[in-house]
Amino acid sequence: MNTLHDAQVLTAHDDVAPAIIFVASDAPTQVITRGDFRDAVRRYAHGFMRMGIHPHDLVIIAQPQNLEGIYAFWGAMMIGAIPSMFPTLTEKLDPKIYMDSMAELVRLSDAKAIFTTDDFAPQLSQNVTCPVYGTSNFIVDESVHDDMDYAPNPSEIAFLQHSSGSTGLQKGVALAHDAVLSQVAQYSDAIALTPDDVIVSWLPLYHDMGLIAGFLMPFIQGVPLVLMSPFDWVAHPALLFRAIHEHKGTLCWLPNFAYNHCARRIRMRDTESLDLSSMRLFINCSEPVRLESHTLFLERFSANGVTPNMLTVSYAMAENTFAVTQTPHGHIPRVDNIDKTAFEAHHRALPSDDDNALVLVSCGIPIAGTQIRVLDVDKNPLPERSVGEIAIKSPYMLTEYYRRPDLQPFTPDGWFMTGDMGYIADGEIYIAGRYKDLIINAGKNVYPQDIEAVVSAVDGIRAGRVVCFGVPDEKEGTELIAVVAEVTDDDPQAHKALVSAIKLAVVQSTTVTVTYVKLVGTGWLIKTSSGKIARSANRDKWMREHPIK
Amino acid sequence: MTNMDEKTIRDQLRGYITADLIRDPDYPLGDDEGIITNGMMDSFALAELAVYVENAFNVYIPDPDLTVDKMDTLNQIVVRVMRDIK
Repeated sequence: MNTLHDAQVLTAHDDVAPAIIFVASDAPTQVITRGDFRDAVRRYAHGFMRMGIHPHDLVIIAQPQNLEGIYAFWGAMMIGAIPSMFPTLTEKLDPKIYMDSMAELVRLSDAKAIFTTDDFAPQLSQNVTCPVYGTSNFIVDESVHDDMDYAPNPSEIAFLQHSSGSTGLQKGVALAHDAVLSQVAQYSDAIALTPDDVIVSWLPLYHDMGLIAGFLMPFIQGVPLVLMSPFDWVAHPALLFRAIHEHKGTLCWLPNFAYNHCARRIRMRDTESLDLSSMRLFINCSEPVRLESHTLFLERFSANGVTPNMLTVSYAMAENTFAVTQTPHGHIPRVDNIDKTAFEAHHRALPSDDDNALVLVSCGIPIAGTQIRVLDVDKNPLPERSVGEIAIKSPYMLTEYYRRPDLQPFTPDGWFMTGDMGYIADGEIYIAGRYKDLIINAGKNVYPQDIEAVVSAVDGIRAGRVVCFGVPDEKEGTELIAVVAEVTDDDPQAHKALVSAIKLAVVQSTTVTVTYVKLVGTGWLIKTSSGKIARSANRDKWMREHPIK
Repeated sequence: MTNMDEKTIRDQLRGYITADLIRDPDYPLGDDEGIITNGMMDSFALAELAVYVENAFNVYIPDPDLTVDKMDTLNQIVVRVMRDIK
């Protein structure tokens, strides 16, 4: 296999094997065979050619989780164009903010076309400088021609993964065919993937875990993908387990919060008759792994056939295509109890039996071909059980941040600095925090500065006197979002309205829900010596005032 | 579970939504306020609400009725619970 054009779903002889099984809570299951898939991809490829899309042109696909978006993604790749999945406008977002962000994306990345829904296409086309095609005005030619085949060089960019920042400054992570194929091959070995596997996923396709594990990997390896919409799953979490039961699912990637969500919010009667024993692995990925979440999940679903050896962990990032590590095959993730004081004061991860010990779940071992180092502030390698920044080097790395020559992803000697804090013990990787200012809320990367900018602009808030941070929450198994903002007046009635105004403003511009809002007068916020608002100091102060169990 | 009137149900749901889902028991939740669309709680809360309604009122709300469109306000939720309460 040299390029994504050699994916099993496109080249295997068996035309009737299922490629995609799309399930929904409110519609019948759709089964798309490999033959159907190939025909559809060729029609879309031809459609893109008729629109004047050329090799290396960037094409943005802003569809809800559906078959059209999937066909368009592969169709664009077949003619050598560079597709990129993007979220659609949802009922929570302010349309104007979304339009502005799309316009900025098109301008910065020089996108040549957007493929979106019929409802949304007319409005979007008035706001961006490239052509916009709705689902039904996309020219899909039923006659199949052979003149469209483009033979990419394996080192060419195949597609972009967009980082999930909410501003117009998203970084497009550009991945080459060979990087993607070698990652998928090595990662498949790490999880012992076979042609009998069935991948089940609700993950959005604009997120790296959804795009690689829950979309490209099954097509490249020729295993069926059982897919559902993330919106459908989040409101109806039992849908995932019905899909596993009905289609004998074996592999499923989930962010940590999903273990809590399924365990706490699936009604008993919805799972009584479901058999999950076909599963080989649930893989916890994309936010800090909590032992309690695995325990909760096991207790709730052991009656349905979930066993401890199914619950594994991967540490992954878009810049490395996807996985950096995985729990060794056939093992249960190790748990490391470390001394809190040694960790906080001396950056050492020393085993401890103390009741106050920090409990960390191992992310496993590097995927073959991946080098991992832990570096101190001067970028010197640290020994085992010393805590520092994780740096990685691998053949699966991004080519570049697309059209962003100002952002150099690598150090001069070729390492990628992850911004994650961690250590190595007995060859396994533990992630213990992060150096970058980032909140991971339900698997989504949230940049506090984006939220602070939105809150700063709310009437009644002193501009620039706002701080946003994440608060770990045991019930949800993720970080919740807290905001502290300085107000311009002291009227308690006005404050109630301000809390609502802040939550509304944030959800409309980022789709993120702020759980805690604290309004303060002058003097509460802690500033650094240079006058900037210090996020971690304000977070510590807030945590002292709001002890959370 | 018998003889539960609308006011009791409404008060109980309001108390639960503000304390457990919005996490601000003092929040003056309006009857027609869009709880999810206004960013007061996340869409995960729909699934949690379904579990709560089943435990508290013995009302099972099937998946097609658990949508942001149908369950975004206290009024919508109260009406849906009242419909099936025994």
